[in-house]
Amino acid sequence: MPDRAWRNDAVAKVTGAARYTDDLKLPGLLHAVPVYSNFVHARIRTIRTGAAEAAEGVIRILTARDIPGANRHGQIRKDMPVLADDKIRYHGDVIAIVVARTRVQAVAAAALVEVVAEPLPAVLDPEEALRPDAVPVHEQHGSNLIHTHRVRRGDIERGFGESDFILEHDFQTQHVEHAYLETEAAVCLPRPDGVMEVRGSMQHPFSTRRFVAGTLGEPLANVEVVGTPLGGGFGGKDDTAALVCARAALAARLLGRPVKMTYDREWSMRESYKRHPYRVRYRMGVRRDGIIRAVHCRIVADGGAYCSVTPWVTWRSTVQCCGPYTVENVHCDTLGVYTNNVFTGAMRGFGSPQMNFVVEQMVEIAAEKLGMDAVEFRRLNMVQQDSLTITGQKLNQHRVAMGEALDRVREASSFEEKRKRCSHGSDEEEELYGIGLAMSYRGVSLGAEGADFTAATVNAQADGSILLDVGVHENGQGAESAMILVLARELGVRPDRIRLQRSSTATIPDSGTTVASRGTIMGGGAVVQAARELKRKIATTLSQRLGCPMEEIRFEGEAVHGRGQALPFAEAMAEMYKARVFPFAFGMFRAPEVSWDEETGQGDAYFTWVYGCQAVELTVNRRTGKVTLLGMTAAHDVGRAVNRPMVLGQFYGGMAMGAGYALQEEVRMEEGKIRNTNFHTYRILKADQLPDMQAVIIENPDPLSPSGAKSIGEPVNEIMAPAIANAIYNATGIRHFRIPILNPLSSESSAEDPPADRKEPS
Amino acid sequence: MSGEMTIAFKLNRRSVKIKADGERMLLWVLRDDLGLTGTKYGCGESQCGACTVVINGEAVRSCRVPLKSVAGKEVLTIEGLARGKALHPLQKALIRHGAIQCGFCTPGMILNAYSLLNRKPVPGPAEIREGMEGNLCRCGCYGRILEAIASAAEEMKTGRTR
Ligand code: FES
Ligand code: FES
Repeated sequence: MPDRAWRNDAVAKVTGAARYTDDLKLPGLLHAVPVYSNFVHARIRTIRTGAAEAAEGVIRILTARDIPGANRHGQIRKDMPVLADDKIRYHGDVIAIVVARTRVQAVAAAALVEVVAEPLPAVLDPEEALRPDAVPVHEQHGSNLIHTHRVRRGDIERGFGESDFILEHDFQTQHVEHAYLETEAAVCLPRPDGVMEVRGSMQHPFSTRRFVAGTLGEPLANVEVVGTPLGGGFGGKDDTAALVCARAALAARLLGRPVKMTYDREWSMRESYKRHPYRVRYRMGVRRDGIIRAVHCRIVADGGAYCSVTPWVTWRSTVQCCGPYTVENVHCDTLGVYTNNVFTGAMRGFGSPQMNFVVEQMVEIAAEKLGMDAVEFRRLNMVQQDSLTITGQKLNQHRVAMGEALDRVREASSFEEKRKRCSHGSDEEEELYGIGLAMSYRGVSLGAEGADFTAATVNAQADGSILLDVGVHENGQGAESAMILVLARELGVRPDRIRLQRSSTATIPDSGTTVASRGTIMGGGAVVQAARELKRKIATTLSQRLGCPMEEIRFEGEAVHGRGQALPFAEAMAEMYKARVFPFAFGMFRAPEVSWDEETGQGDAYFTWVYGCQAVELTVNRRTGKVTLLGMTAAHDVGRAVNRPMVLGQFYGGMAMGAGYALQEEVRMEEGKIRNTNFHTYRILKADQLPDMQAVIIENPDPLSPSGAKSIGEPVNEIMAPAIANAIYNATGIRHFRIPILNPLSSESSAEDPPADRKEPS
Repeated sequence: MSGEMTIAFKLNRRSVKIKADGERMLLWVLRDDLGLTGTKYGCGESQCGACTVVINGEAVRSCRVPLKSVAGKEVLTIEGLARGKALHPLQKALIRHGAIQCGFCTPGMILNAYSLLNRKPVPGPAEIREGMEGNLCRCGCYGRILEAIASAAEEMKTGRTR
């Protein structure tokens, strides 16, 4: 196994040869662009397309009326239109698409489409949206409440009664943009065989296929979604990306020609869904001896105009509402709410970054009040081997590595020693110094959120080369390479024997989505099962030839070994073909059963968990408030690290994104319209803002994961914000209950108005 | 739209002559007319660096460079960096250091680094950091990219002295 940075797509990516969606060209290709309106909430009367139709190069303008199939889509609730019909529900709703010979012509014509609509009052505050007299965003849904989740554990009154003090704080988090560097794009080709071939910058080919087939009113088998290199996803290339594909496919089907639809940055930021802003009221009851006796919390998530995956995101927040701590008495209510803001959905972390920001500060506030060391306080309350979680799940199926993660970070960051140097707002220093940490545990994969199974096929050729197909999507994280390495290890062959087939919804069963950091554990699980099946076939077929019973046959060192003799892998495959047995196998991995009771919020929520801890050192300039990050350390239990360099890449990228979340990223809305729609006003962290990072991989292969791997992409992204908030507190003595912390010296962290973009959305 | 004109320049060491609207941005001419799609669009506003190309040795943002301004100049895009199958030391270093995730920022990063090393063959870590500051990587590969550049600079230096 190579311990260097092995990737199957590296050369293509450094030479510019990799073909992302917008890089594709087809003969006769037409270009489609979206048309927006200037309304935030309005009833549509007419859409006037005459002037646009007459514009140079325009082939056709399409509106909702042109859709042959369904115009409402969604993974949970079908409420998202491909093209707005009855109402405009947010500023990013697309009301028409313009198809023209060139993109420039399409953009010019889009400005000529006119929407006549009757404005409705916009509901922009989730608490106001919940009032009985609030204007409904979706009339047919009744209220603006999308859904609720709850946890009812123990006796909350008794828990508070047994507490020596009760802390209560309100927290608030912001809308966050994924800011994948590649904007949404789709290229759709109506093939002569009747199939609509879709390539898109998206991370959920199977959901995309449902959106496309539904829009066209055709069976799933009529649509083939082909995997295409993706310029970043982070959970963000799901619903919006699927809608972009559906629009391009609609145009392609109606016009009988290939159509490309590529977004510019402003459209992408205006229309695409964001990370949910949360408002959390958190009450914690603590006993003198340092035990948390009760937690009461109310979580309100702004779901925006559409449901998307809000119920799943907030479910994770609910299950993890006490962080990695065992609490006997818990009362949690979580509400997802419709508003006329941009809709919100999956983003790296999936409901955990918000709650960790809350919980990891609450424990420090409590420890300080007790006069106890915050690390000791954490240790007293954190989950241990065989602990019961707040949903009543016993952690006895894997090794609980919470304490280990905490200790490894403390050591690697010299935490104890550095903590003594913290400024605590002292007025002697110009640069106030602080170190802070945060930790979490995280349920792996979808849990009770969704159907969790994945397929793979292994197809060895007569010359010993191998084709692998897995229902996992390459989002840029190196999923393909990880799958290849898992297979290579199982078969005892070099990874360069293996080719991952370009993934397609036509060749592998619907394996769900590559989100929730489930790529490696689920895809890897399916690959291992397929490999085992293949080995069984080979062993059965060749046992005579190798002079031993099949049980004794081993696969290693590029060969199939029997008793005292071995066949090089290529020869063994040739033998298989001679024996007229295909060295081909199908494998699937089904996540072990989980359970959930919606009434009580109790159950075995996830089949396994990962544990992580991060620390950060920084200074805050006492006059300017400028934060300088000095160093970051992270330790995470990843299960088995299939590809170490790539796992480390996830560590660094996740910490960087987490730091941006804490310190500067915020989608700024005015009256429901996003003001910062490009990178000069939506600022992500740059190379010179990031410090040295240290990563500690904790290997803890999971007995329930065939490949041993668990997950890493999201855990690394979910605790940097509270670590930074704690470090800022230790530097300045000021607690921040809101992110982003734009001004660390003011407890009412709020922004001065940054300049609007040069290119204002209409 | 202003009129078409014929513009001649060197592209990846070859002379090209194209007839197009001189006000169009180089990025789109490269991608749409010349099929050089290694140069990426990320923002169109000079903010991300994904569209970086090298003109007369200097890294520039092709999304804000009108085609007419490259007349008579030498343009290098990511497609022109490797010589045949032989990768440039920067390309090799990025692979070696695992500095690639989604790869969308990669061409721009490499070309920006290329021009940095033109100016300053052996930059210190702070100079590399500063020189690369304008190129965004949402996957957060910054640390490894900076390391890779330092290592490529080293390799190119020993290559030169040999
Ligand atoms: S596309 Fe040119 S700098 Fe972003
Ligand atoms: S590798 Fe994805 S943006 Fe840099």
